[in-house]
Amino acid sequence: MAEPTHSNAPPAPSASVPVVELGSLDTLWFQVSGTVCNLACSHCFVSSSPTNHTHEALSLAEIEPFLIEGAALGVREYYFTGGEPFLNPDLEAILARTLAFGPATVLTNGLLLPPDRCRRLAAIAEASSYSLDFRVSMDGYSAETNDPIRGDGTFDRILGGITNLSAAGLNPVITVTEVHDDNGTVQGKQRFFRLLERLGIDKPRLKILPVFRIGAEAERTGAYESWQRLRESDSPGSWEHLQCSSCRMVTDQGVWVCPILVNEPEGKMGETLADTLTGFAMTHSACWTCHVHGVSCRT
Amino acid sequence: MGQRIPEDPAVHKDRSTDKLTVHRGLATWGEKLVPLDRFREAARQAGRQLSASERSRELESFTERRADPTPVEGPFSKIVVFGGVYSNHFALEALLEASHREGAEAIYCLGDLGGFGPKPDKVRPLLDEGRVLAIQGNYEQSLASGQEDCNCGYTDPRDNHFAEISYGYTDRNTSADFKRWMGTLPERRRVRLGARELLLVHGSPRRVNEFLFASTTPAAFLEVLLEQEGADGLLCTHTGLHWHRKLPSGRDAVNVGAIGRPANDGSTSVWYTVLEDYGPELSVAHRPLAYDHAGLAHEMRAEELPEEFVETITTGWWTTCLEILPAKERARSRF
Ligand code: SF4
Repeated sequence: MAEPTHSNAPPAPSASVPVVELGSLDTLWFQVSGTVCNLACSHCFVSSSPTNHTHEALSLAEIEPFLIEGAALGVREYYFTGGEPFLNPDLEAILARTLAFGPATVLTNGLLLPPDRCRRLAAIAEASSYSLDFRVSMDGYSAETNDPIRGDGTFDRILGGITNLSAAGLNPVITVTEVHDDNGTVQGKQRFFRLLERLGIDKPRLKILPVFRIGAEAERTGAYESWQRLRESDSPGSWEHLQCSSCRMVTDQGVWVCPILVNEPEGKMGETLADTLTGFAMTHSACWTCHVHGVSCRT
Repeated sequence: MGQRIPEDPAVHKDRSTDKLTVHRGLATWGEKLVPLDRFREAARQAGRQLSASERSRELESFTERRADPTPVEGPFSKIVVFGGVYSNHFALEALLEASHREGAEAIYCLGDLGGFGPKPDKVRPLLDEGRVLAIQGNYEQSLASGQEDCNCGYTDPRDNHFAEISYGYTDRNTSADFKRWMGTLPERRRVRLGARELLLVHGSPRRVNEFLFASTTPAAFLEVLLEQEGADGLLCTHTGLHWHRKLPSGRDAVNVGAIGRPANDGSTSVWYTVLEDYGPELSVAHRPLAYDHAGLAHEMRAEELPEEFVETITTGWWTTCLEILPAKERARSRF
């Protein structure tokens, strides 16, 4: 059967925008619940919400071909995000299948983790020789600091999810954004470690992330200034510190350059992974945050 | 494509500005809300859509073999390989005796000579005496180039504190001559064992400080790396935890472990690896090595190294830098 060739590549980038090549495909992301979330956090860089269907959920059948193609390309790790991944009814089956290929990490808000689900997840983790990791997001070490960002009553429910995971033998990585200025400081980190200790978690794990001023966060703190863009002269000689040099993101709308630019059609690179092994012109302001803060969404 | 997640009946507010309902029928496009269909159409038009033959060409060139001028050493039929000395000259001495008993034709060290333990300069004469063939680890790169830290970049302030103590002590107590010698070590070696060509690196073939743990290193990933390198086997260290995986293609991937500190398993022994050619099969054996760990603990205390480090030596459990461990390895860990 003849295959139609159809290229809608964006116009060639102007010479002043640096291009990041894909050195290796280490991290394959899945927007597994689309942009649908049970929360609507004020700093969400993809503006997920209960009514946001910009991207829809992925089924196991839709994910399978990407696992196979990814293995041929030497993918190292699989990440699942959304929205809230646990809104996807297929998620447990998807994780079990993925763990036949390699290690998997789920980025969750921790609200949909009752004890029985955590026990099933622990059994899935146990059955594989690869690691299954959970990252639970929080924005403050108290209801007063967390709830204004994530929503009323979320702090206690997040702690509930963390406790259930840990009771099932799954030890999540707590992911904290620098939405409060001191979250990333030594004292700030120690407050989170103490909180986890109080929950009885004896092997605490923590990751601090900077905030992207796009999506809902643009409304909260203001969008980027026009000078906050990458220019060719910013080039450090290698873009290896940027995750787009080693990742791609799969959503129900196709394959995107990274987890950050899924609400920009210019971030879409193709339909299969093979379509996206080419370089990407970093025209977006979010690229500036990545470059300046050395951000990676990975653990 | 895609499955629609039904709306939670609890989400019933319809004030159009409410964050929970604002997206009904709309999509976020950059900083604007646009009708869902408009975004989807733009997404459908964006990016490349190659033909089947173009796709397979892309896949092939992405994973194709890369030239490597590293000379091939050997051939041998039996070698001993170890990593992570971390200044543990007691274990290094025991390792040399064990290698002699094993009848190894060559001894390879995959780097990280210093850090953690006492008196780093005691390692150098032992390496010479055993004719150990070494490559650089991240510690050698940092020490030889005069960097201020080992570049571990931990999140936990406690881990950073201990990493600084360990690097600072090693830096102060390593002679300029030893540091210069570290700078002359190659970053990788290739060794022929029987008919097989093995690639020896510190972290991974791509980065000196990449961690290859058993539970986070997929077989398919290793196959692609070894295909690109044109090697039949990969030997690495850096994590301090040993493992071996026979890949579907018949190639081998081996983390040879570390002799500088125990493998976080509650035993005071440390680990090295013996590789032997058996014709069609490569034999890979991880061997525990008992050594004078009480002597090491004594010397570490005399040098006023942190008691937390000494505890690891005397109990076999790691007490610091645990955040590098993936979920499975951390679950087996005591702390
Ligand atoms: S937002 Fe960051 S990860 Fe995405 S393309 Fe830009 S630089 Fe790369």
